[in-house]
Amino acid sequence: MSDSQVVSNQVVVHGAAEGAHHEHLPYQRHHFETYAQQSDATNFAMWLFLLTEIMFFGGLFTAYLIYRNWYYPAFVEASHQLQIFWGTANTAVLITSSFTMAMGVWSAEMKKKGALVLCLVITFILGIVFLGIKTIEYSEKIEKHHVPGFHYSMQSFLNPQSDPEVYKEYKDKPLPYDMARHTEIYFFLYFAMTGMHALHMIIGIAILGFMIFRARAGAYTTGHVTFVENFGLYWHFVDIIWIYLFPLLYLISRHQ
Amino acid sequence: MSHISPVLWQFLVKWLTNFSLYPPQASKIAPQMDALYFFMVLVSLIGLTIVILLITAFSIMYRQKKHPVPVQIEGSTMLEATWTIIPLGLFLIMFVWGALIYFRVYTPPANAMNIYVVGKQWMWKAEHPGGQHEINSLHIPTGRAVQLTLISQDVFHSFSIPAFRVKREAIPGRYTTVWFEATTPGTYHLFCTQYCGTDHSHMIGDIVVMTPDDFKRWLAGSTSGASLAQNGERLFASLSCSACHNARPDARGPNLANVYGSKLALSNGQSQLADEAFIRDAILNPSQHVTQGYAPIMPTYQGQISEDGVIALVEYIKQLNSDYRIQQTTTTTTLLPESEGKATPAGQKPAGQGMVKQ
Amino acid sequence: MSKEKGLLSWLLTGDHKRIAMLYLISITFFFFIGGALAGLIRLELLTPQSDLMATDTYNKVFSMHGIIMIFFFLVPSVPATIGNFVIPIMVGAKDLALPKVNLLSWYLYVAAGILGLYAMMTGGVDTGWTFTTPLSTHYLNTNVVTTGLAIFIAGFSSIFTGLNFIVTIHKMRCPGMTWFRLPLFVWSNYAASILMVLGTPVLAITLVLVVLERVAGIGVFDPAKGGDPLLFQHLFWFYSHPAVYIMILPGMGVISETVSTFSRKRVFGYTAVAFSSVAIAVFGFFVWAHHMFIMGISNYSMLVFSLLTMLVAVPSAIKIFNWAFTLYKGSITFETPMLYSFGFMGLFTIGGLTGVFLASSGTDIHLTETYFIVAHFHFVMVGGMLMAFLAGVHFWWPKMTGRMYPEKISQLAALITFIGFNFTFFPQFILGTLGMPRRYATYPPEFQVLNVFSTAGATILGVGYLLPILYLTWSLKYGEIAGDNPWQATGLEWQIQSPPLTENFPSIPIMDHEAYDYEWLEGQKEKVASVG
Repeated sequence: MSDSQVVSNQVVVHGAAEGAHHEHLPYQRHHFETYAQQSDATNFAMWLFLLTEIMFFGGLFTAYLIYRNWYYPAFVEASHQLQIFWGTANTAVLITSSFTMAMGVWSAEMKKKGALVLCLVITFILGIVFLGIKTIEYSEKIEKHHVPGFHYSMQSFLNPQSDPEVYKEYKDKPLPYDMARHTEIYFFLYFAMTGMHALHMIIGIAILGFMIFRARAGAYTTGHVTFVENFGLYWHFVDIIWIYLFPLLYLISRHQ
Repeated sequence: MSHISPVLWQFLVKWLTNFSLYPPQASKIAPQMDALYFFMVLVSLIGLTIVILLITAFSIMYRQKKHPVPVQIEGSTMLEATWTIIPLGLFLIMFVWGALIYFRVYTPPANAMNIYVVGKQWMWKAEHPGGQHEINSLHIPTGRAVQLTLISQDVFHSFSIPAFRVKREAIPGRYTTVWFEATTPGTYHLFCTQYCGTDHSHMIGDIVVMTPDDFKRWLAGSTSGASLAQNGERLFASLSCSACHNARPDARGPNLANVYGSKLALSNGQSQLADEAFIRDAILNPSQHVTQGYAPIMPTYQGQISEDGVIALVEYIKQLNSDYRIQQTTTTTTLLPESEGKATPAGQKPAGQGMVKQ
Repeated sequence: MSKEKGLLSWLLTGDHKRIAMLYLISITFFFFIGGALAGLIRLELLTPQSDLMATDTYNKVFSMHGIIMIFFFLVPSVPATIGNFVIPIMVGAKDLALPKVNLLSWYLYVAAGILGLYAMMTGGVDTGWTFTTPLSTHYLNTNVVTTGLAIFIAGFSSIFTGLNFIVTIHKMRCPGMTWFRLPLFVWSNYAASILMVLGTPVLAITLVLVVLERVAGIGVFDPAKGGDPLLFQHLFWFYSHPAVYIMILPGMGVISETVSTFSRKRVFGYTAVAFSSVAIAVFGFFVWAHHMFIMGISNYSMLVFSLLTMLVAVPSAIKIFNWAFTLYKGSITFETPMLYSFGFMGLFTIGGLTGVFLASSGTDIHLTETYFIVAHFHFVMVGGMLMAFLAGVHFWWPKMTGRMYPEKISQLAALITFIGFNFTFFPQFILGTLGMPRRYATYPPEFQVLNVFSTAGATILGVGYLLPILYLTWSLKYGEIAGDNPWQATGLEWQIQSPPLTENFPSIPIMDHEAYDYEWLEGQKEKVASVG
C-alpha cells in the first residue's frame, strides 16, 4: 500500500483556477482524488478499527490469564462444564462462514451478483447457527445455576457426583470450598468473553442482513467492493477472536 | 529595626517561624527524603531559570523592531545532544536515589516492632502486640524501628504520616507493610490519603511519639488485659483449629509451633516463606497453601472471622514456639463429630515433617 | 465553509470544518460546567471546615469536575476542534478520510455528554474520576453505572476521531507532502491519535467490568470472591496514563505552530520535535504503574516503571528547548497566541519537572495522594494544555471565522489568566509537601492561609477564562475582517481563503517546499506582487 497517492490522470497546478473536472466513478466520494485512494483509505481504517477491538478484548484476556494462573484447579474443573461437542461445532460453523464470506468477497470482485448473494446468505445462516448453538450452551448454564451473580451455585464443584454427565467423563475430585468459590470468576470470564464475542456476531449478522438486501440490488457488483471487503475483514476478525476463545475456554487442561 | 512597629515585627516573626514549606522531620528517613526533594527543587529551579532566561533574552534581543529579518536555522545536533543527555543524566540520578529511598522505606529491618493497623470506613484501628487498641491514633517510641502491617476491611485507604514521610495503601484482601523509626517526641498528623467515601477527610488522627520510658508507661496503662496473641489463642481454640493442628502424630494438620519465619514445602512443589501474609492467606484460602504431606481438607474461615480476628490469630501463631498449651487444650476440646472413626488419609506424615527449617 | 444555511445542514454535515465548530461549541459548554464545579471546590476550601456543603456533596463536586474536565473537555479539546478543522488542510486534502465517522464521533460525544449531565443532575457520582474499586463497585449508591456508560460512549467518540486522523495522515497527503514536510501540529496529533486508538478501548472494557460488577455482583475486583482490586488499578491506569499524553500532545502541536509563526522562523530541530512526539506516545504506554507505587506493587515493578517514567520525561524537555531556540535569531512579535505560548512553555516546564518529583519513587511516597499531585497535573493540564488550546483558538480564529479577535483585550486576558493560574496552583505544591491530602472537604487549620491564596487566584483565573468567551463571540459580528494570511504564516491552511471553501482547495495542491519555509513564503509574496 503506497502512502502518498499521485493523481494519475492529470497534472494539477497549485493555485490554478478550476481545471478540467476529472471524471470519477459514481461511488467515489468527492473528497478522495481517486477511487484507489478511497479504497486504500477505508481498508486501512478497518484494519485500525480491528486493532482497537484487539485492545478491547485484550483487557478480558489479561484478566483470564491472571485468574487462571491463580485459581488453576477451579478453572480446570469449571471448564469441564463446557461441552467440547458444541464448542467444536461452533468453531466449524465459524470457519466455514469465514470461507463463505471470503467467497462472497471474491464474487463481488468478479462482479457475480448471484454468487455474492448466495455466499452472503450462507454466511448469514451460519452466523445464526452459531448464535443458536450459543443459546443452547447458555441456557444449559442458566439451568445449572452457573451464571455468576445472585443465583450462582457451586454444587457441581463441591460435589461433582451431583452432576452425573460431567462426572462420568472427568471423574473430578470435589473442590475445597475456598477454591470452588473461584469457579464463579471462571464463569464470569466465560460469559463476558463469549458474550462480548456474541455481541460482535450479532452486529455482524445485522450488517450482513443489510448487505444481502443491497447486494440483491446490485450495489456491490459494479466495481465498488470496498464495503464487502471491509466487512469481510470484520467477519474474519470476529472468527479469529473465537479461535482464541475456543482453546482457552474449552480445550486447555481438559484432562488434568 | 526601630522604624518597624513592634507589633508588626512580632507578627512577622511569628508567621515566619510558623510558616514552613515542609513538614517537621520526625523520622530517620525524613531528612534523607528531604535531601532528595531539595536536590530536585534545586535542579528544577535551575532548569526553569534557564528556560525562562532563554525565552526572555531571545524575546528581547530578537523582537521584530530590533531584528526585522529572521535567520532560518534548521537545528543543531550538538544542542539536541546536550539537552537530551543532561536532563536524562539528572533524571537517572533522581531515579537511582529515589529507588534507594523507596527500598529503604519498604524493607523493614528484622528487629522491627510490629503494629497492626486496620483501616475501615472511616477510622483507623491500631493494634499493638500487647493488646493495646487505639482508634485514630498511634503511640510509638522514639529510637525503635516500628513496622506497620496494614489491611483494610472495606475499600482502599492510605495511611499517611507526613512528618515521617511515609505512606502506604491499606488494601482489602492482603497485608501491606511500611516501617519507620521516629526521632522526635511530639504529636503529628495522621491522614487517610486514598479517597474512600463520605468521611474520607475525617479519617484523620494523631501519631504520638514518646520517649521509650513514656511509651512503656503508656503501654502499661492502656492495655485491655489480653495481648493480641492471647486473644489469638482463645480464637484458635474456639474455632477448633486445634482439632487438626494439635501436634499429635496422627494430626490432620501440620504443627504450627515455630512455623512463622520458616520456609514451607507446599503440596504443589513450591516452597514459600511463612510470613504474616502467608498465614493470613492460609486461614482464608487454605486449599492453595497446603503443606506437603497433608490433605487439602482445611475449611476456609472467610466470612467467619474479621480482619481483627485474623490479626489476633496471626500474632498468636507468630509467637507459638511450643505445643504444650495446645495439647493441654485438646484434651478438653471436643473434636469435630465427623472426624470420629475416619481413616487417616493416605500419604499423611506425622506432624513435624514436611517443614523445612531455614 | 459550506455555503448551505440552516440548522439541518449543520447537523447533517460531513464537512470537517463544520464538525469542528460543532465540537467547539459543545466543549466550551462543558468547560464552563466543569469550571463552575471548580469554583465550588475552591469556595468550600476557603475554610477548614466543611461548611459550604456536606462532604458527600463535595465528593460529588470534585468527582464531576474531574470527569467533565478530562473526558468532556481536555481529551477532545484540540483534536476535535482545531485538529478537525486544520489537519485535512495541512495535509492538502479536501476532508478527513471518513467524514460520516467524524459526524458520528460528534453525536457520540453529545450523547455521552447528555447522559453524563443526566447522571450529574439526578444525584451525581462521587467515585472520583478514578473509579477506584471496591469503593465504586460496592460501597457507593450514586450514579456510577450511568456515568460509566457516558464515559464509555465518549471513549468511542475519541477513538473515531483518532482513527480518522491516522487514516487521513497516512492516505490522503497531497502529492509532494512527505512525512517530513508535514507541520509539527500533524505529527503531534498523529502521536495522540495512536494513543487514542490503542488506549481508549482498554478504558472501555474496564468500565464494562465495573458496571457488570456493580450490576451483577460477579466479583472480578472483589477480594471476598477471589477477585483483585489491584487488577482494576492496572487496567484503569493502562488507559489513563496514555490519556494524559492524549491531552497534552495536541497542545504541544499548537505551540510548534505558534512559536514558529510569531518568530517567523522554522521550528528549531524539526526532526527532533517530530520524533519526540512519537517517543512520548510509545513510552507513554509503558509507565502506567507509577500511579501505583505505594499500592503494594513489588519493588522490582517499581524499578521498571520509575525508570521508564524518567525516560518519557526527556522528549518533553527536548521539545521545550527546541521551542525556546526557535526564538533565537527570529523576528518576534507578541500577539495573543504567542503570549499563551510563552505561558505554556513556562508553566509546562514547572508541571513537567514536578512530574519528575513523582517519577522518583522515593519522593513519590511522600508526595503522592497530596495536593502536590493536584498542583502537578493542573500545571501541565491547565497551565500547559488549556493555554495551548487558547493559543490555538486565537491563532486559527481568523481562519475559522474570517474575523480577527480584538488584540488588546485578548492580551490582557492572557496576562490575567497567567497571573490567576500561578496564584491558584503554586500554593498547592507547598500544601502537598506539607502533607495536605487531596479530595479533602475539611483540613487542619494550619493549611488555611495557602488555601485562601489559592481560592483568590481562582477568582482571577475565572475572569481570565470568561473574557475570551465574551470577546470571541463579539468578534463574530464586529471583528475586523481577516485576510487569508493575517499572520504571514507558511502552512497550507494560510494559503487559502478565510474561512476556507467547502472543499478547502480549488484543486489539490502539490507540496514543493519544506514545512515552515519562510523563504518560499517570501517568494510567493513577490510572485503575487509581480502579477498584481
